[in-house]
Amino acid sequence: MGAFVVRRVWQMLPTMLGVVLLVFMLFNWVGGDPAYILAGKMANAEAIANIRHQLGVDQSYPMQLWIFIRQIVTCDFGLSWATGEPVSHIIATRLGPSLTVLLPLTVLETLIGIALALAVAFVRGSRTDRAVMIACTVGMSISILVYIIVLQYGLAYKLGLFPVQGWGQGWRENLLRYAALPILIGLAVSIAPTLRLYRSFVLDEVGQDYVRTARAKGLGERRVMWVHVLRNAAIPIVTHVMASLPALLIGAFLLERFFGIPGIGREVILAVERSDFPVIKAITVYVAVATMVFNLLTDLMYQALDPRVKLA
Amino acid sequence: MTAATLMGPPAGLWTLAWRRLRADRVAMLSLAVVAAFLLMLVLSAGGLFAADWEDEVGVNYAPPGFVGATAAGAAPSPAPAERAALPDNPFDPLDDDIRALKAQLAARGDAAPELARRATLPFGGDKWGHDIIKKTIKGGETSIVVGLAAAALAVGIGTVFGALSGYWGGVVDDIFNWFYSIFTAIPSVLMILAVAAVLQQRGVATIVLILGLTGWTGPYRLIRAEYIKHKGREYVLAADAIGASHWRKMFSHIFPNVSHVALVQLSILVVGFIKAEVILSFLGFGVPVGVVSWGSMLNEAQNELILGRWWQLTAAAIAMALLVTAFSLLTDALRDALDPKVK
Repeated sequence: MGAFVVRRVWQMLPTMLGVVLLVFMLFNWVGGDPAYILAGKMANAEAIANIRHQLGVDQSYPMQLWIFIRQIVTCDFGLSWATGEPVSHIIATRLGPSLTVLLPLTVLETLIGIALALAVAFVRGSRTDRAVMIACTVGMSISILVYIIVLQYGLAYKLGLFPVQGWGQGWRENLLRYAALPILIGLAVSIAPTLRLYRSFVLDEVGQDYVRTARAKGLGERRVMWVHVLRNAAIPIVTHVMASLPALLIGAFLLERFFGIPGIGREVILAVERSDFPVIKAITVYVAVATMVFNLLTDLMYQALDPRVKLA
Repeated sequence: MTAATLMGPPAGLWTLAWRRLRADRVAMLSLAVVAAFLLMLVLSAGGLFAADWEDEVGVNYAPPGFVGATAAGAAPSPAPAERAALPDNPFDPLDDDIRALKAQLAARGDAAPELARRATLPFGGDKWGHDIIKKTIKGGETSIVVGLAAAALAVGIGTVFGALSGYWGGVVDDIFNWFYSIFTAIPSVLMILAVAAVLQQRGVATIVLILGLTGWTGPYRLIRAEYIKHKGREYVLAADAIGASHWRKMFSHIFPNVSHVALVQLSILVVGFIKAEVILSFLGFGVPVGVVSWGSMLNEAQNELILGRWWQLTAAAIAMALLVTAFSLLTDALRDALDPKVK
């Protein structure tokens, strides 16, 4: 187990190096000279040279790359170009609001998705099954923007059931008052693709021999589904949930933007709008690390779920 | 199999797939819808249809004809006389230029004849009084073209990389796999936004590049697996024996046998990229000002909805939902028809 983790972390290094090179190339080479963006319209040559020196972009490319790597290793990405706030402070303060929306959303989505997928798998091939699948396809084809615009207008603005947008201080107030509608909309958008996916995972299992054996020894359909099938379908489901978590941190950017939630996703959008490269660079590197760590955690969870899996 | 099929020449993969597809009523219906959208796209791109969408044919925010002119209380556009009644500003720095322009207009005859603007339009009008139906068609043209072009680019890159990687194996494979692991370590949304931040200039070509350059990983993985499977098959060995070059084996012999994978990937990506373009344009990182797409329509519609003007939102949402539903159903059917083993 320990050896496995060490080896996997060792294998991550080339990928991480690639991510660093890619981000470096994008922002320091393709991105052009940031001094012109920062100096604004009234720039003179001296101001530009000054900014270039402060940012270190007057150095050679290998030197700039070394500065970037040092920033990553020390977790100190300097100051935001737009607000002058330390990047590490931005990320630390924006993580909480993002998680307040994402954790309940992920838990609810997974539980509801599993329950519905098993329920649909009971009646597989029937008219109900087909109708649910077509409803899912139609639901998935409507843009997430339409869901957000219409539900925010209808439920919050017209009916006043939720605050239209905003964010408070205490986490309890945030979760129950401000995050409620974003979570609801997130569920409405994500339940259709989740249900389709989980249904296919469950259907992969119901044809297996062990299901027939379980039925043959006289178990009820309910027990077969919820105990035997679910235990086996859990592996792809766990993979899916774990793999989508880091992406979700960014993926909720539309919800965060519409509802004024000061999270990571909204910060990325703001940074793109303001050409705030240090913030985007830092978030990209952190999310890439999170993705790799979560992949490793997924592999470790396999063994807990299925004792036959040998970590090699 | 009937006697006719047994006597004729053996049906190929595509003939069999088409036969399966034709038996599927949902697939044929969605194919018809997609074909109708594509026809509309060709007509509007050729300037035969909706070319005059920028004409301000209705009053501002003209309501749909079936709602009636008064129902939404559309604000009447200021009459031309009212505009002319503005007092002369002696300090206006543009005064001389404007007077010169006015003189020019007067010299050409009637100064820009004001069109009779209609109080209602078939499905309403936007802020400037553009016909929403024509605007939706024009916006659809942008969104679909971006989706198709970006998907073609992504599948093209994915296919070439996958072919090289799967066919050569070894070090080549390791390098491409390294690329793949880098691109999959960064979530695609973040990747798209990061590239958008760097490229700065907005334009249809830019969105196509952003989506195409970040979306190749899915096709790459599948095409690579197919090439690994095919490169040891007898027909490839036979091609090798008659002296076919590597390039010829890769793209003339193997590719036709794995092209169905590329086709299914293409249609999956088109759907994803149309949705992505809508979101990018909505955020303002997509199409430039002056180009209409479903995303820019939704952006305008967001503020209109608060004023009770729901028609632009409805039109863009329905058009997009219809196309994406049909395209998704067609993709599912295509996958079933081309790869009958998977259920």
